[in-house]
Amino acid sequence: MTLQTEPISINFGPQHPSTHGVFRMRVTFDGELIVDVEPVFGYLHRGSEKLAEERTYTQVVTLTDRMDYVASMTNNQAYILSVEKLAGIVPEPRGVWLRMIAAELQRIASHLVATGFLIQDLGALGTPLMYAMREREKILDLFEMMCGARITNSYLRPGGVFADAPDYFWQALRQFMDDIPGQVDEMEELLGSSEIILQRTKSVAVLKPGDMVNAGITGPMLRAGGVDWDLRHRNSYDYYDRVQFDRPLHHASDNFARYWVRIQEMRESIKIVEQCIKAIEPGPVRPKSVPFLVRPPKGDSYVGIECPKGELGFYLVSDGGVSPYRCHVRAPSLMNLTLLKEMLVGTYMADMFVSFGSTDINMGEVDR
Amino acid sequence: MIGFGLIKGMRVTMRNFLRSPVTEQYPDRRVSPIEAAKMAGLNPVAFAIRKPAEAFKAATGMTSVPVKVKQTPRFRGNEFAWYEERCTGCASCAKYCPLGIIKIVTHPGGIDVQEGESYAIDVFDIDIGRCMFCGLCVEACPYDALHMGSQFERSSYVRADLVITVDQLKANMKRPSSWFRPQFEGMKYSPFEDKAMPEHKDAGRHEKPLPGQLTEKWVKER
Ligand code: SF4
Ligand code: SF4
Repeated sequence: MTLQTEPISINFGPQHPSTHGVFRMRVTFDGELIVDVEPVFGYLHRGSEKLAEERTYTQVVTLTDRMDYVASMTNNQAYILSVEKLAGIVPEPRGVWLRMIAAELQRIASHLVATGFLIQDLGALGTPLMYAMREREKILDLFEMMCGARITNSYLRPGGVFADAPDYFWQALRQFMDDIPGQVDEMEELLGSSEIILQRTKSVAVLKPGDMVNAGITGPMLRAGGVDWDLRHRNSYDYYDRVQFDRPLHHASDNFARYWVRIQEMRESIKIVEQCIKAIEPGPVRPKSVPFLVRPPKGDSYVGIECPKGELGFYLVSDGGVSPYRCHVRAPSLMNLTLLKEMLVGTYMADMFVSFGSTDINMGEVDR
Repeated sequence: MIGFGLIKGMRVTMRNFLRSPVTEQYPDRRVSPIEAAKMAGLNPVAFAIRKPAEAFKAATGMTSVPVKVKQTPRFRGNEFAWYEERCTGCASCAKYCPLGIIKIVTHPGGIDVQEGESYAIDVFDIDIGRCMFCGLCVEACPYDALHMGSQFERSSYVRADLVITVDQLKANMKRPSSWFRPQFEGMKYSPFEDKAMPEHKDAGRHEKPLPGQLTEKWVKER
């Protein structure tokens, strides 16, 4: 006798501990198999783009901190680069090197969080996540020395950064740089050698590279599918053309590949920071000629940068006033969610949040 | 080989188990019996005999002392340091705040110790319940009168308590953070050490010129 069954819909979120923020998914299960996914977002919408129209160009920096709050330095960087292009500001070299150091440290921090939460989503509650958080904490301490805040930095200004890093920052950075490669190795050992993790993540939630390109997915997710697309290399904003780094690629495009790429990228970021420390020279950190109220000429600008999650771009339109006429953010987190259904349908319930977490989205940025 | 990864993983766990803890104890820290004896000014044996109740408490981990969290001098805390002598009532800070939470009411005719002629301040309210501690107000202040504070323990049960008024600003201990104030970094001043707090004269990037110097500048140069 066969049992009569029917699919059942379950609602995950918005207040669910494993949705990485206020995200809601209506998932239809057939037994344990996912047959349909309907994402619902907008719970964290704060209207940042509209608020930007009311604020001066310098004040908007504080809004960008709060978009992707796991990687605020890179958010600052994307916005500032767009303002600089719009207003034709030439930044000071020391300011640029400093913000590259900050951005790469932020990339390490963001990837550490992503990796830590993979292990957490797989069911190892707490301890391995704390290994990642402990290292991230050191980076946040470095940010506190630089700019006085840990998460909402507001460190960058049009033309560079607001102040030079103090002496004790360089000592602490040196110590951190000596320490972190070992910690990344340890993380990789934990992640890449455990059969449980390998069996649970390999060949799960596979995406086709062609689909990802069509859907506009960028960042480590795309590189895990073997597509060599890194804006640091393609566009080489700031001084990325003066540093050498590799672009780690994986071809499996499954959950494991996404995390493997992130671990390798941490190593590349460490390399970049080392080169920045070597290249940085004393000097002013922002041009004296840039006023507090930046007044760009009429026009528009778009600059996309490689943030830890993918291509983060700010599109600014100026009508010649002190605040942007229109501001639009191309948020990588939102774009990376577009293939969520394709990714999840056909996988099992237990893998759902692992796959979801492997996109490394941040709800502050999805909803803005 | 299946099972080998497990051993490798355990090795990582063991390595971390042997590391010293990184947890910051806050606001209190437990005190060991030996430390408690030292604090009482006795050697441990005498401490156990003379004060058995306290020794028992320490041995069971129930004695604690308050600790300070380590912060860096640039830390932007939720309290402002404001020097009345330096402020001219220009309201640049209020204008540059992205949230518009600084309210300044002035009347003309104040004479300011440091900056000369100025407006007299009637109201200077900062609603830190809505403040995001971005520090743009501090960046905008042309006379270095307003500084970010360094403390962060200003929580309250009522929203109205979160408004810093001018009286509080005057009465507050001046522990300015060195955010956007390079002169403090030059002085090697740290708000977290109990050294002498900077006076209004030390707080600025410039000093009020003497009358003679002003004459030099404005009269003789012409
Ligand atoms: S710190 Fe920022 S939000 Fe707070 S009062 Fe100053 S400018 Fe306004
Ligand atoms: S604190 Fe500074 S910016 Fe604000 S009114 Fe006083 S002098 Fe002007």
